[in-house]
Amino acid sequence: MKLKNWKEVNPGSVITEPGSSEKFKTGSWRSSKPIWIEENCIQCLFCWIYCPDNAIKVKDGKRGEFDYEYCKGCGICALECPGKKGNKAIIMVEEGK
Amino acid sequence: MAKPVTLKELSKKEILFASGHRLCAGCGAPIIVKMVLLASDYPLIAANATGCLEVSSCISDYTAWKIPWIHNAFENAAATLSGVETMYRSLKKQGKIDKDIKFIAFGGDGGTYDIGLQSLSGAMERGHDMLYICYDNGAYMNTGIQRSSATPLGADTTTRPAGSVVPGKTEQRKNLTKIMAAHNIPYAAQASPSHWADLVRKVRKALDIPGPKFMNIISPCNRGWRSRTDDAIMLSRLAVETCYWPLYEIENGVTKITFKPREKKPIIDFLKPQGRFKHLFKPDAEDFLKRIQDDIDKEWERLQKEEACFSS
Repeated sequence: MKLKNWKEVNPGSVITEPGSSEKFKTGSWRSSKPIWIEENCIQCLFCWIYCPDNAIKVKDGKRGEFDYEYCKGCGICALECPGKKGNKAIIMVEEGK
Repeated sequence: MAKPVTLKELSKKEILFASGHRLCAGCGAPIIVKMVLLASDYPLIAANATGCLEVSSCISDYTAWKIPWIHNAFENAAATLSGVETMYRSLKKQGKIDKDIKFIAFGGDGGTYDIGLQSLSGAMERGHDMLYICYDNGAYMNTGIQRSSATPLGADTTTRPAGSVVPGKTEQRKNLTKIMAAHNIPYAAQASPSHWADLVRKVRKALDIPGPKFMNIISPCNRGWRSRTDDAIMLSRLAVETCYWPLYEIENGVTKITFKPREKKPIIDFLKPQGRFKHLFKPDAEDFLKRIQDDIDKEWERLQKEEACFSS
């Protein structure tokens, strides 16, 4: 991502492109990584509503894979996951392993 | 009675706070913003007081917001939005706008409890049709955890550090929700991101009421609270269950508690996981812990009495 110089920035720093922060991939911050275990998932969507970085996409009321481009690896989803019969559907592993 | 909120229904809507914002991993603020924006069925315009949320969501020519959003100084989010709202009313009168737009101001506890209090009070008194949302993380986290008037009793901050003489902050936090309700505004409420359905319902209710509204939402900050990155929701839930952060609303002067914990947990459950309170668990700090518990019990007792006053 190349930063604009002062001549290229709009007067008053007005930003005309909504949601342009998506060009900045915050996934590189991550030190631990959430793993989704589909068979333990009850599709409660708590992970989706509690994710600070919208790194879980939901389609037709069902969650899919993590979006690792933005996931910062905070682990809220893993902690809040109720899982199925005591087995978590999200676990955290060390990044790069 | 409004229809219950389901996550399935919410998940069909577009999230208007984009990924790629630079708030810390595990921050409570983006969760709150996401829930607030999901709750609304109206087009929204937002103003943001200086704070973590503002500086991290629009760094150098990039923005995380997908709604019209205006950044301003620390003290005047409410004043700025009052102006925008007045312009909207004028344009509507002139027939230049026909949309039904709602206005929301976001501010942290520094920009709301302390620095922005007079502009907020003014906006509420003038009766602008807007919702002010304070995300309360209990200190000036953005500039390095300085004490604010929202900092809880006994918390360690960089400007009121806990040491051998002083056990962190020795003053009580001020009750801003009550201060705002004392402006006789139609709606003031307290919410927590852990109770998302309650939060969404309150935002929807607030947006449907004309006039000035205020909501105070607890926002865990793992950097300032010295806790883990994954416990934002757990801590906000404990804040509610210990009655440190009771969920209630004051509608036209009538108090209603919207969530009563089945069993009120002791406040140490909330304090223990947070490093900012670790000095309170040394052997000689028992009296101070008792003072914190007593204050919370008194406040909870009072709130229940207020509710009982109106229920008969």
